[in-house]
Amino acid sequence: MLLTVSTTARPATDLGYLLFKHPDRAQSFAIASGTAHVFYPQADESVCTAALLLEVDPITLAKSRPGSSYVDDRPYASGSLMAVAIGSVFRTAMNGRCDARPELAEQAIPLVVHLPAVAHQGDADLAERLFAPLGWQVETTPVPLDPAFPAWGDSRFLDLRLTGRLRLADALRHLYVLLPVLDDTKHYWVGEDEVAKLVRAGGDWLPGHPERDLVSRRYLAHQRGYVRDALTQLSELDGTLPEEQAPSHRPLAALRAEAVVAALHEVGARRVLDLGCGGGALLERLVADTAFTEILGTDVSAGALDAAQRRLAKLPDRARSRVSLRHSSLTYTDPELAGFDAAVLMEVVEHVDPARLPALERVVFGVARPRHVVVTTPNVEYNPLLGQAEHRHPDHRFEWTRAQFQEWAGAVAARTGYTVRFGPVGPVDPDLGPATQLAVFSTEEA
Amino acid sequence: MDLTIPDMALVVLIGASGSGKSTFARTRFAATQVLSSDFFRGLVSDDENDQGASAEAFDALHYIAGKRLRAGLVTVVDATNTQPGPRAALIRLAKEHNVLPVAVVLDLPESVCVRRNADRPDRDFGAHVVHRQVTELRRSLRSLAKEGFRRVHVLRGESEVDAARIVVEPLRNDRRGETGPFDVIGDVHGCRVELEELLGELGYAIDRDERGRAVGAAHPAGRRAVFVGDLVDRGPDTPGVLRLAMGMVESGSALAVSGNHEHKLLRALRGKQVTVRHGLAESLEQLAAEPPEFVERATAFCDSLIGHYVLDGGALVVAHAGLPEEFHGRASGRVRSFALYGETTGETDEYGLPVRYPWARDYRGRAMVLYGHTPVPDAEWVNSTMCLDTGCVFGGKLTALRYPERELVSVAAHEVWYEPVRPLVAPLPDREPTALTLDDVMGRRVVQTWAQGAVTVRGEQSAAALEVMSRFSVDPRWLVYLPPTMAPAETHRDGDVLEHPREAFAGFGSLPVLCEEKHMGSRAVVLVTRSAAVGPRRFAVEGDGAVYTRTGRPFFDEATTAALLHRVRAAVADLWDELDTDWLLLDAELLPWSAKAMDLITTRFAAVGAAAHAALPAALSAVGNAVDRGVPVGDLLSRTSARLANASAFRDAYRRYCLPTAGLDGVRLAPFQVLASEGTTYHDRPHTWHLAIADRLHAADPGLFTTTARLEVDPTSAESVAAGVAWWESMTAAGGEGMVVKPAANFVRTGRKLTLPGLKVRGPDYLRIVYGPDYPNHLSRLRDRKLGPKRSLALREYALGLEALDRLVKAEPLWRVHEAVFAVLALESEPVDPRL
Repeated sequence: MLLTVSTTARPATDLGYLLFKHPDRAQSFAIASGTAHVFYPQADESVCTAALLLEVDPITLAKSRPGSSYVDDRPYASGSLMAVAIGSVFRTAMNGRCDARPELAEQAIPLVVHLPAVAHQGDADLAERLFAPLGWQVETTPVPLDPAFPAWGDSRFLDLRLTGRLRLADALRHLYVLLPVLDDTKHYWVGEDEVAKLVRAGGDWLPGHPERDLVSRRYLAHQRGYVRDALTQLSELDGTLPEEQAPSHRPLAALRAEAVVAALHEVGARRVLDLGCGGGALLERLVADTAFTEILGTDVSAGALDAAQRRLAKLPDRARSRVSLRHSSLTYTDPELAGFDAAVLMEVVEHVDPARLPALERVVFGVARPRHVVVTTPNVEYNPLLGQAEHRHPDHRFEWTRAQFQEWAGAVAARTGYTVRFGPVGPVDPDLGPATQLAVFSTEEA
Repeated sequence: MDLTIPDMALVVLIGASGSGKSTFARTRFAATQVLSSDFFRGLVSDDENDQGASAEAFDALHYIAGKRLRAGLVTVVDATNTQPGPRAALIRLAKEHNVLPVAVVLDLPESVCVRRNADRPDRDFGAHVVHRQVTELRRSLRSLAKEGFRRVHVLRGESEVDAARIVVEPLRNDRRGETGPFDVIGDVHGCRVELEELLGELGYAIDRDERGRAVGAAHPAGRRAVFVGDLVDRGPDTPGVLRLAMGMVESGSALAVSGNHEHKLLRALRGKQVTVRHGLAESLEQLAAEPPEFVERATAFCDSLIGHYVLDGGALVVAHAGLPEEFHGRASGRVRSFALYGETTGETDEYGLPVRYPWARDYRGRAMVLYGHTPVPDAEWVNSTMCLDTGCVFGGKLTALRYPERELVSVAAHEVWYEPVRPLVAPLPDREPTALTLDDVMGRRVVQTWAQGAVTVRGEQSAAALEVMSRFSVDPRWLVYLPPTMAPAETHRDGDVLEHPREAFAGFGSLPVLCEEKHMGSRAVVLVTRSAAVGPRRFAVEGDGAVYTRTGRPFFDEATTAALLHRVRAAVADLWDELDTDWLLLDAELLPWSAKAMDLITTRFAAVGAAAHAALPAALSAVGNAVDRGVPVGDLLSRTSARLANASAFRDAYRRYCLPTAGLDGVRLAPFQVLASEGTTYHDRPHTWHLAIADRLHAADPGLFTTTARLEVDPTSAESVAAGVAWWESMTAAGGEGMVVKPAANFVRTGRKLTLPGLKVRGPDYLRIVYGPDYPNHLSRLRDRKLGPKRSLALREYALGLEALDRLVKAEPLWRVHEAVFAVLALESEPVDPRL
């Protein structure tokens, strides 16, 4: 992958002093997964261009992270690997030191930075939003995925050209921070020291940056604790406090859980199954409510259950003893699920292939056969109001209209000896109905 | 003196301390059969005589005893047991496991016990304890039978104890030694004419008395009939049926178990108070016309009938109302009651009849269970069980199953002899036989395969597969097979390639091999049926079949799948009769690669191409300018230029396998094996046979089916090997993926070892997609790849796949087929080098 930095300051070859690299020599440096080369394609009075070219060994790179492929775009596209190389090869320049010509480092000079392939994740104008507030003129050219297949469209790589009059040290720090931010991924484990790195490299320019939050989040791999620390430190530098985000309206997920708990109360359920409990958000809510004396959460994903386990581990022992977890499936009957007062299928059925719904019906209504079953599912009619063109989640196998949901629920109830009633969850549109639909099935059997 | 105990008993020794129970047990039973309270006290307290540990010790003893009884093992409890409390606990335990409790009392003089205890330094309790125990024992003697012991043996004095010999008697239901063949006949209910006809159909010769009445029957080949009970009631000629059946049973040409109707008739004949309904009145009326000797004989016959038989080494169980596995070969009131009446859920249906507990749906036993009791329109397999009551007396038919042939033989009822309370047509609404339960797949599993013995699946592997199977795979009723992974040939040690045909040929020793062109697409399993009626009947699912990936995911949406299956159905039309089947399971490659792998192509392969082609030309020009300036970066220039060439070659490599498709347009199938059809697997047909079928499909529908180029190679001939190498070289030079080398004979075993079904040899350009654009620069490092785990995995998956096919064609229950299929998917979670 390649980075070039050019200047037209006079004499342009002063760039060599700034970078601590002689324009007529080529130098190589060992980096984590290969070699970094610095050389000058052009160096005269009027224009001087320094190039940083990384030769990355894909095998070493793949072995550094188990499970990664030998077929990898990172040896070609600039992202966190390039940022780390800048930080190590141009460390002195990035720190603004220039022993031979200290006044040079203090000067803003005309600069052109060119990266022919930058990994980029997100809106097309992201590079503009990140670099323009820092004084750069930003030019991006999308790279097609494959010119032989125009229908495939553009790749996630950009040709990025930045033009501006800045101190070289600032330019390098911008790249050091913002290249991994553009890519939204890092090739190494993000630990606590990343907060210090961000504050050190971004302290001068990040506090007042309009995308400060996004930059912090992405740079710190979305680890909430780190992001909070970083934003606090950056605000102190800036003298402003981080904005408290007051939610404008209650999220649908919270309203849904509330409606489910209310339905469980209404039927007087004490022993409750949460089928498809995922990471345990509803379980946590159920445990907090002492009306529920025994709670069993099941999920088909071992990973989700691990997450739920971690969440529940934080509860006090007494609460913890009322809830348990079980790896189970909605397409295999499981006698362990029998005998409960109520089962909850919250936003679960739409993740099951329509062809497998009869299996779910047998598992839940036939074999587990709780006295009540509470089901919630999206109301697809409402999607336009949520700005959703198609499905609300890529894994949704279907989303039902009110009529479709009621038809399915009614048929299930008739076949399995339950009665069913329906209710709305969340905001209700007079024409399109509620955001989420809810059904409560009940059977007379003990 | 012989002490008989049934061959499934809990033997409770009763005797005071010092009465010699332990010696008795040690000399009469195997060490593992005896559970001694002293020993368990030692286990839980390190002191055999610590009476304070008794409660914990008995808890543990009962637990172990329960495990043994569950397994049907004779178990001896060596404890004093002189008090009714501990005995009652043991009787409960025996009943819980439906085994017979037997008491063996060692009634020795108190003086003997005291003397023996005094001789043992570790026994420090006084004579008063022994005195109490002896008193308790004497007081208990009379009540033992009442407490529930089915047999009580009392040994009085040392000489009787010394002379006692244990004789183990098989239970009456234990007829494992009788291996058939059998003809198991459903509920007759007094339909003599139909029974005679059915016996005739089955090949029996009927004996008649001087009045022409059927009094017996025998099969010339020595086959034996087994009646599932309910010979009597409702129908027109209960005495005639009894006369025939009794004659057959008495002469040894038939066995019969009791039905609930025989049971009730017996009570009525013995003058017990019974409600006369459900057709009992007809029997009593008909029998009233018979001479008293006949009625007496019939009474004795009904009395002699037991609840169920275990036959043919345990492979066949016959019981009137069916029997869950834990009751097989057991004797207790509960077992008999289930066998005669079944178990009801306590609910009643719309006709006021009891709703029966669907035990057959949950049945997972290995024994075939044949039964009657509940009339059904047609005899159907539910797991490994079949109800043979096809309602003859209600105007249905009388049905028999030939065992072990599993052939059904029926004769139609001559008329409706008795009006049914509810209509016979009561189809199972959601095809209960297909219900799979979590226990069928979860946890550590050991799957027995015919090809390679036991294959173990670890618990975490099962857990990993559960999600994929539940969320992404096609309906398990269609998912009857998953193909094994394929290992590459040994790594080529020198030169400029990583894989080479020579290693593949050498991999099969001197076996003749067939080289098959490897199509770069996605592995596809195609299950196609002859008509829409086949799915519901054979696979218990609506539809025309399925087309799925090697992890069981559907390739296409429902409509596209149906369209594809219709074309396949048309192309295989000749094969239905030729292979005598109405469904076919094909192993194939679905092309192009981009039809299924588009996401992977754009996010990984094309992305690498795009990034490389954006970065490298710019880099090359930058380095070139530096070289022009005299900067010494000549090496970097040539390396960068080589990288660009590699990146182009990489792009070319994946582009070959990307073709636009829309729906089915552009989709092609390259079948290479017929996996199975009704009753048959084809793993032992040579690959040339399989490819000949593929050629015929290509001829039938060249737009859909593509053929597979092939070359036979004899590895013992240098010339043939050279030809094989040249063939591979020319194919891969032209952009081919490579080839698969298979033993020409297909399934091969060397000694007891299974041979891999194939080895792949991938071409150097194709390997760029696997190892990255620049891999030729790193060959020496890449040669250090470990093939062992991949080969072992390939073999285990192969064995499991063959097992799934075998279970499928033997029409085994879905859970059995699914167990093997699920295991393949579970093994796929094993971490092996994904590049192999």
